[in-house]
Amino acid sequence: MSTTAEPAVTVGAWLHGVVSDADDAVLATVTGMDGGTVRAVRAAGLAAVVSAVPLDGYGEEALRRNLADLAWLERAARSHHAVVEALSRTGPVVPARLATVHHDDTRVAAMLAERRADLAGALDRLAGRGEWGVKGYVVPGAVPRTEEPTGGGGAGAAYLRRRRAQLTARDEGQRIAAEAAAAVHVALARYAVEARRHTPQDRRLSGASTAMVLNGAYLVDAGTVDGFAALVRELADRHPEVRLELTGPWPPYSFVTERPEEEAVHTVREAAW
Amino acid sequence: MVTTQLAPSTADDPLAYRPVALVDLLDRVLGTGVVITGDITLAIADIDLVRISLRALVASVGALVPPEVAS
Repeated sequence: MSTTAEPAVTVGAWLHGVVSDADDAVLATVTGMDGGTVRAVRAAGLAAVVSAVPLDGYGEEALRRNLADLAWLERAARSHHAVVEALSRTGPVVPARLATVHHDDTRVAAMLAERRADLAGALDRLAGRGEWGVKGYVVPGAVPRTEEPTGGGGAGAAYLRRRRAQLTARDEGQRIAAEAAAAVHVALARYAVEARRHTPQDRRLSGASTAMVLNGAYLVDAGTVDGFAALVRELADRHPEVRLELTGPWPPYSFVTERPEEEAVHTVREAAW
Repeated sequence: MVTTQLAPSTADDPLAYRPVALVDLLDRVLGTGVVITGDITLAIADIDLVRISLRALVASVGALVPPEVAS
């Protein structure tokens, strides 16, 4: 009653990124999705680096299911990132968003031809540049001391004033850190080639002990990275009300499009200067 | 005491391997500037992708961490 013939599993192409040209010798050293190999699909003077993926795990329906599984999501994100990072070490790369899957190489080649101008433009723009992340967290208790209320009203009134100050200190700390974050971002954006702010990470996800007020990404020329790091240090000294953390270099995930649109929702707003 | 955690000077050694925080990675690989859309995953819009994944994250983290002060 049961048949021994396995149904053929259809295979798709998971796109990691687009480069001007891929060195097959380098690609041979890179591990793709599920521990598989990666290969280049060449067309229109560009190369798309892809992993072969079974569509029973990576088709649209399967992806919707799998993306909701943290272990799967982490594995996929890390595998994808490893390939993109390897590519970025050899030259400019336009990283693909996670879960960009095509039916076959022909479709990938057609995409390269169709988007050639955009992709080539992006590769030019990203050449010799890397993405750096700067995150800023609220520093509890860094609120500038308001003058100690003195005189008038005796101990009871003084207690009430102190109590009120304690209650507003948290909001105040948050507000002051947010202002510092905006100032830090403006200074870093001025130094960087391009800049954008991601939505601050939820504390449950970041694991940080205080709220995040800045989740910035900065595209920096390779030659000015030391200056950028020095500026971060300087800004950290100038703004003790926010704790800064530098990460990178990242492949230019946040700068794939020429003018990244601002996030629709910010818990922190830009200062108005 | 405020500390700035600067990454090791990767400018000196770009090949240095450093583990990457999953949240930082997801900020970047999910829906930040899309120039290419896969023909199979066309229907999984940015918002969808982020929402689906965040639900997975929050659900998993929520199971580990005692519920924090709301908001």
